Amino acid sequence: MPETALPKSWNKESKPHKFCPGCGQALALKILGQAIDELDIQKKMIYATDIGCSLLSWSMFNVDTIQTHHGRTLPLSVGFKKAKPEAIVVSFTGDGGGYAIGAQHLLNTAMRNDPITVILINNANYAMTGGQLAPTTLLNQKTTTAPKGRELAQGKPFKGPEMLAQITSEDAHIARGISTNYQQLLEMYKKAISNQIEGRGFSFVEVIAMCPVNWHTDAQQSLDFAEIEMAKIYPIGELKCPQK
Amino acid sequence: MKKEFLMGSETIVKGAIAAGAQMMTGYPITPTTEIMEHWAEEAAKNPALKFLQTEDEMSAGFAMIGAILAGVKAFTASAGPGNVLMQDAFSMAENMRLPTVAFIGQRGGPSTGTVIYSQQELNLTCFGGNGEGLRIVYSTAGGQELYDYAIKAFNTAWKYRFPTFVLTDGYQNKTQSSVEIYQPQEKQVEIVSPTPYLLNPQKQEGTFTHIRNTYNLEQELADVLIDYKKHFTEITPEILEFEDYHTLDAEIVIFAHGIVAAAAKLAVDSLRNEGKKVGLFRPITLNPFPKESAINAVTNKKGILITESSLGQFERMVKSNIYPANTPIFTLKKPAVGIMPEEIIEKINQIFSEKGNNA
Ligand SMILES: Cc1ncc(C[n+]2csc(CCOP(=O)(O)OP(=O)(O)O)c2C)c(N)n1
Ligand code: SF4
Repeated sequence: MPETALPKSWNKESKPHKFCPGCGQALALKILGQAIDELDIQKKMIYATDIGCSLLSWSMFNVDTIQTHHGRTLPLSVGFKKAKPEAIVVSFTGDGGGYAIGAQHLLNTAMRNDPITVILINNANYAMTGGQLAPTTLLNQKTTTAPKGRELAQGKPFKGPEMLAQITSEDAHIARGISTNYQQLLEMYKKAISNQIEGRGFSFVEVIAMCPVNWHTDAQQSLDFAEIEMAKIYPIGELKCPQK
Repeated sequence: MKKEFLMGSETIVKGAIAAGAQMMTGYPITPTTEIMEHWAEEAAKNPALKFLQTEDEMSAGFAMIGAILAGVKAFTASAGPGNVLMQDAFSMAENMRLPTVAFIGQRGGPSTGTVIYSQQELNLTCFGGNGEGLRIVYSTAGGQELYDYAIKAFNTAWKYRFPTFVLTDGYQNKTQSSVEIYQPQEKQVEIVSPTPYLLNPQKQEGTFTHIRNTYNLEQELADVLIDYKKHFTEITPEILEFEDYHTLDAEIVIFAHGIVAAAAKLAVDSLRNEGKKVGLFRPITLNPFPKESAINAVTNKKGILITESSLGQFERMVKSNIYPANTPIFTLKKPAVGIMPEEIIEKINQIFSEKGNNA
């Protein structure tokens, strides 16, 4: 598929999508659409989304979809999968949803090796509520609740995949991609979802994504912040990949 | 049909299984832990029964919802601080009309409080969450009722698609009693079958289901809620349940629910033996509340005694429902403490001798 075409699994009726121009989440979801098409799982999967800008994707796909509460997407997904193991369950959340308010769920889901696929957007802030400090905010990065920039006293930028790689079984798939690298992220998604389909267990892809609106950046600055500044702190690549 | 000598929590599990429950989620908390343990034992024997011990009650609530979306009859059980955390999930269930079933074993509050008994989770269970209280709540009085209402809760939930609760307490859950175990069909009770919300094989080919809890416009949400409320009101007559015990000729009518109503019933028997005309009105559904019947029960009476193991949660509910009845109201309220028939008898005798305090 040319990178400009829309994925088959996208719901055309809900387009244009509701994300801001230049939003990395929209790109990440387009690539997810492509992965759904290539794996041909549109009718066998459910898509569960958190509250955050992720909620804007509640009608994004022609895929059965449930929008949940902030931080609670993973337990809902785990319950669904337990009840219907043959379904493929993809959960989509922000870094606030996954690393703050729902962190205990992420930790326990990963520890239990629950067979779901989690895609988490790292945009270094709480975007939906207007750009507050997130666990992933970089040191010195300004947010509405860290007006002088994040200080060390507010904690180090949180490295989710690195932590998950420590606590998960060898069967888990853990990776970090970036929404601007189409082919690489597509492969990561496909491997992560395949890990679930093949019955190995938990899979997780963190995606670095631009949020020009809350970063107050133009197109080039957005790309630079994501691809250079963020990628420096959050190295891109596979941390655990059971299917060699 | 057979009689078994069972602990309340075990009775609940047997009722849930008879109702076709397929999955339980939960996090341990007294006095509902044994429900989980008995379910875990059953699930270990029967691969058709699933069990998830989650990391907390928010997870238990949302995992239950996940299972329900998949079309599985799932339930949970919790109490006190766990009930507080679960309101997050119940609020979503109310928003999306999901047939959650929860057994709430009331314990003392606020906070960690005490671990066995109270009637202080009435507000939370009936009206918790940031919604309108579109929930169905049965208040049981122990023993056989735990079996009967466990079955009923699943049927009500899946028939009407409102979150459904069985409100118990630790006395009920931990007391052993003789219970008649039957299959619902033996009593002509038809079991309502579940249907999936997502990945429903019956849905039209090429269509997809999108379920959300967030609305863009105020009016959009208002329209949804008005429609839900209309449906709730329409089904209310089919759901309402109460026990009317000698209120017809009574001069004083006791209002009590749950296990306190069982004590009140003994008090009524004893007072009637002495020739005193006392009756009991016991709502079994606290939400919706049997309003008309309650009003009938208090009309032209000398007085009403509202008694509860709380500082007035039930009193507020009764008063708002019987308004504008002007029957004098007396109360016997003991937060987080049981109420003995003797105390009720004493209070009634005071009222007869006009020494009781108006509430
Ligand atoms: C329980 C609860 N607390 C707070 C909120 C308000 N809220 C909505 S979205 C959000 C932050 C979302 O941030 P993140 O998960 O990083 O997603 P993003 O918007 O950045 O995509 C918050 C705090 C909420 N909806 N629910
Ligand atoms: S606020 Fe940021 S994350 Fe949210 S849609 Fe806009 S650009 Fe995307």
